[in-house]
Amino acid sequence: MTEALLSLQGLGVTFGGLKAVSDLDFDLPRGMLGGLIGPNGAGKTTVFNLITGVYQPTSGQILLEGRSIRGRPTYAIAARGVARTFQNPRLFPDLTCLDNVRIACHMHGGATLLDSVLQTPRSEREEGEILGRSERLLESFGLAKYRDSEARSLPYGEQRRLEIARTLATEPKLLLLDEPAAGMNPQETEALMRLIHDVRDRYRLTVLLIEHDMKVVMGICERIAVLDYGVKIAEGTPEAIQKNPKVIEAYLGEEQ
Amino acid sequence: MARRALLVAVVLAAVVGADWAGIRFLNPYVYRVLVLCGMNVILALSLNLVNGITGQFSIGHAGFMAVGAYTSAAFTVYAVPPLLGAWGSGGWPAGLAFVVAILVGGAASAAAGFLVGLPSMRLRGDYLAIVTLGFGEIIRVAILNIDAVGGARGFAGVPQRTNLAWVLAVAVFTFFVIRNLMRSFHGRAFLAIREDEIAAEALGVPTTRYKVTAFVIGAFFAGMSGALFSHYTYLHTNSFTFMKSIEVIIMVVLGGMGSLTGSILGAILLTAMPELLRFASAERLIIYSLLLIVLMIARPQGILGRREISLRALTPWRRARPTPVA
Repeated sequence: MTEALLSLQGLGVTFGGLKAVSDLDFDLPRGMLGGLIGPNGAGKTTVFNLITGVYQPTSGQILLEGRSIRGRPTYAIAARGVARTFQNPRLFPDLTCLDNVRIACHMHGGATLLDSVLQTPRSEREEGEILGRSERLLESFGLAKYRDSEARSLPYGEQRRLEIARTLATEPKLLLLDEPAAGMNPQETEALMRLIHDVRDRYRLTVLLIEHDMKVVMGICERIAVLDYGVKIAEGTPEAIQKNPKVIEAYLGEEQ
Repeated sequence: MARRALLVAVVLAAVVGADWAGIRFLNPYVYRVLVLCGMNVILALSLNLVNGITGQFSIGHAGFMAVGAYTSAAFTVYAVPPLLGAWGSGGWPAGLAFVVAILVGGAASAAAGFLVGLPSMRLRGDYLAIVTLGFGEIIRVAILNIDAVGGARGFAGVPQRTNLAWVLAVAVFTFFVIRNLMRSFHGRAFLAIREDEIAAEALGVPTTRYKVTAFVIGAFFAGMSGALFSHYTYLHTNSFTFMKSIEVIIMVVLGGMGSLTGSILGAILLTAMPELLRFASAERLIIYSLLLIVLMIARPQGILGRREISLRALTPWRRARPTPVA
């Protein structure tokens, strides 16, 4: 049994009187492609925000490779290897695709402000590395032709790809994808599923994704947790989840 | 390294040459306008780093200028004579003392920027604007009540050391520091904060630290501009009112938020325009306001938008430089 890369233990958060997530236990083994599903407002994105430190949990523990990341600021959690995309792509709209990816290489820069101002050999070397790494990423995502285009000018599907490419520039261990297929047509969704699979294998990532498109979830996830009103109501393989009466009830309502 | 030393030497020679030519061939009035242009260029460039590039709306820039102006003036008046004695009144020791005074002004202002920035960078948009506005006014009123620097009488007896060469040298220095910064991952971190703070943070950019950094660097250069100002003309807190901050914001917006060359253009235009309109004495301010309105309607993104004027566009033979690939 390998140690879980991500382990949520009794995780909970309350906003005022609202329990957005309560007592959530979830383990994601290294290399696994996990899914987090549930009806609207079930607290899925809140879980992502808890993991990435955007919200502070009111109870419970978040372990990454066995070490707690609870209470750490978002950028520090990113430095520990957690990268995420957002429900609506949060690209840097007025910057070029290249710069979008280059910004994500931030953590690989060790040059001081003074190095940069004086353009010392160290700073120049690092900038060269960042440029090379970013160009290779754009290339491997088929975005090289948009290198110098503003991110806002890209077609929607490409924006989603760019967002994933950008997260990979941080060299994450854990990739959190928030509804990657939202707003995509069936062809784009198909391509996206292949992409997520490829990326996981090529970069040896662990992936956790939130998705409403059941074809995606059932098609690529190896383990699924179902949330409803902030509570985990089921966990298991896609097959088991599809047959679980509680899940069916949460999605379709109780039989009369 | 040798190339860079050569570049610095050429710039210094050009700056001193410009000053020499300015004194010799221009009438004192035009010369004075040029000096003011240079000071405003420094202010606009430094504010652009905060407002245009990092996207934080600060309207207290005159406050930082005041800190730099008064600290450096106090340094020259109170610290230089005991240190250098008669030496400090002219020649190269005085020049050296002035360099130190400019840096002292910048450093004091940067320290003020750090103190104000640390708590206020947690605020966004309007709230930050109000805090910085408040800071600017507090500084001005505080200085107004310090008797050692003249208080309401103004600070008299500050030696007039600033000339066109000094101003141009600091302006060029400011430009190159910010330009080089913008070509590094530090500079891109500033841009990322402007574009999407949440995404920037999620990609590993410590946004609060960078916002404070931008604020401190901006304050540093504003302080240097203040130091030049205080060694040039009669020093009184009336020069650092809220209106001065607004004036600098207009320069940045007019030139194009985020564009360095735009800030330079905006600062020169806004300094020169009121002077060029002097022929229309009474209607001057009306024409000036109208011009601003027309410009903003015609180009709301500023004259240059986010583009830069590049020397490379003027020297096509250099354009084919291959991009380095690691």
